[in-house]
Amino acid sequence: MSIHEGAIGSGAAMAQSAERFAPRSARRIFVISGIGLILCGMILGDIFAAFILHPSANRIGENLLAATRAVASHDPQAAGAAFQSIGGLLENRGTKVDAHSHMIGFGYVALLVALLQPYVAFSESIKKFLAKLFLLGAILLPVGVFLIHYVGMAGSPFAAIGWASVFGDFGGFLVWVVCLCELAALAKYFHAQSAVRVSDELLNNRSWAARTLLSGGTLLVLIGFLHGSYYAGAHLFRYEARDSELLSAMTTQAAAGDSAGAVQAVADYGQLQGAKAVNVAAHAHVIEFGVLAILLAFFQPYVFLSEKWRRIWAVILLIGSLALPVFVLLELRWGLLAGGLADGGGLLVIIALFGMLVGIWRYTGKLDSSAGVA
Amino acid sequence: MTLSRRLLIFGGLALAVWGMGYGIWYAVFIEHQTLDGLGSALATGFMRAAENRMAESQTALSDAASRSFVYVRQVDAHGHWIGLGLLLLILGIAFDRVGFGERVRTYLAIALLAGAVTFPLGVLLETWNRGRGPQAVAIIGSALVILGLSGTALGFARSNSD
Repeated sequence: MSIHEGAIGSGAAMAQSAERFAPRSARRIFVISGIGLILCGMILGDIFAAFILHPSANRIGENLLAATRAVASHDPQAAGAAFQSIGGLLENRGTKVDAHSHMIGFGYVALLVALLQPYVAFSESIKKFLAKLFLLGAILLPVGVFLIHYVGMAGSPFAAIGWASVFGDFGGFLVWVVCLCELAALAKYFHAQSAVRVSDELLNNRSWAARTLLSGGTLLVLIGFLHGSYYAGAHLFRYEARDSELLSAMTTQAAAGDSAGAVQAVADYGQLQGAKAVNVAAHAHVIEFGVLAILLAFFQPYVFLSEKWRRIWAVILLIGSLALPVFVLLELRWGLLAGGLADGGGLLVIIALFGMLVGIWRYTGKLDSSAGVA
Repeated sequence: MTLSRRLLIFGGLALAVWGMGYGIWYAVFIEHQTLDGLGSALATGFMRAAENRMAESQTALSDAASRSFVYVRQVDAHGHWIGLGLLLLILGIAFDRVGFGERVRTYLAIALLAGAVTFPLGVLLETWNRGRGPQAVAIIGSALVILGLSGTALGFARSNSD
């Protein structure tokens, strides 16, 4: 290919790229809403950790103590009531975790679907409609789930499902329908005998930031997997046995009138739950951040910033992605200091994501932004 | 599309669909009953202890521990199948950037796919058989995933910039 032909080819690719990522195009809606959902999910997670997770753990501990006191005073009704209260606290915590994780999960799916858009055999107007439907569902589900604890069964015509749950489930249904349509259109594309095979500049990008995010993301996933294997091999079975022992100790010691022993068993049980929680959280977060880094590697050509700033955001994202799980693990030893540093790691990821989002928002169709942009 | 990419993209997609299908079946038919049973067994353990019926209390707490053991593994298998399926799909999209020949990439893809199938399967099998067999399946599966990921990370690092 001559230089002239290459330049024409490159110009055509840029024009195609700009068209695919035009304002209000399906791909842009998916990318921006995907990063937006991940950002909102992470901020919700930070608020949840600070204002709900720790107070909820304390209240569960208080209720376990109440249950052991009920055993000591031979009051089975009070023991039952304490467990009812624990059930309510666990529901509150569970719905918040679900809202946080689904929002981030839908963000990942949105980025993945955005990546596949050139291979989706629909017209642009249908693609845009599906993108908006996805966004509606991806917002409805976590908001509905978040509200379950507060709305309860108020005004619901159903026996066991409240309105918040109905709206949440409807949101999940919308996302499922969109995913199904996208899959069907992908299958149509790959099965088309005479289809013109399209190439996508996002899959061919080899910039420093993209390669760093790709390698760094894969390493993070690998670290998460190694940690998970170590935890499963060295701790999981031991923790499960200890869990059972401590519950047994709470009841037998309380029934025998050894209140100090029962209180100690409750305290040890709390420590054990903390150890389990930090290990699971570190494992899950490092893998999720790794997947996020890999996904973001593909979208670097759309980050309309100078090469220097693309590199800065990529490095900050990877540093934060490693810092959060490492300091979460250290929370058992360092306490609040590690908790604060872990939050700092989360903040770095949020800042880097926001920086990339601004760059993507500014994208106008110019592929190589190394010159002339801030 | 190269064989390694096909293995990862279609294998990952199939695994994610399988994991979601298992999750829907599990949520509808198993999860609520398991959680209700777990909560009820714990409450019963404490209530029987309050009535000084210690043998019944210990039986209920053992039942709770057993239900918890099963619940944790069922949810883990579901989550890991979907998570690994999506990871394989995403890696598959970028797999041409792994800086090895196609033969090595195919071996890596096979290791990743085989590990992603067998690791959660081993975890799930532990709920039926608490012997060494299912644990060995899970360990081999996770070792395969770790091997595949290590090779992929190295391959990405080796790939040249154009």
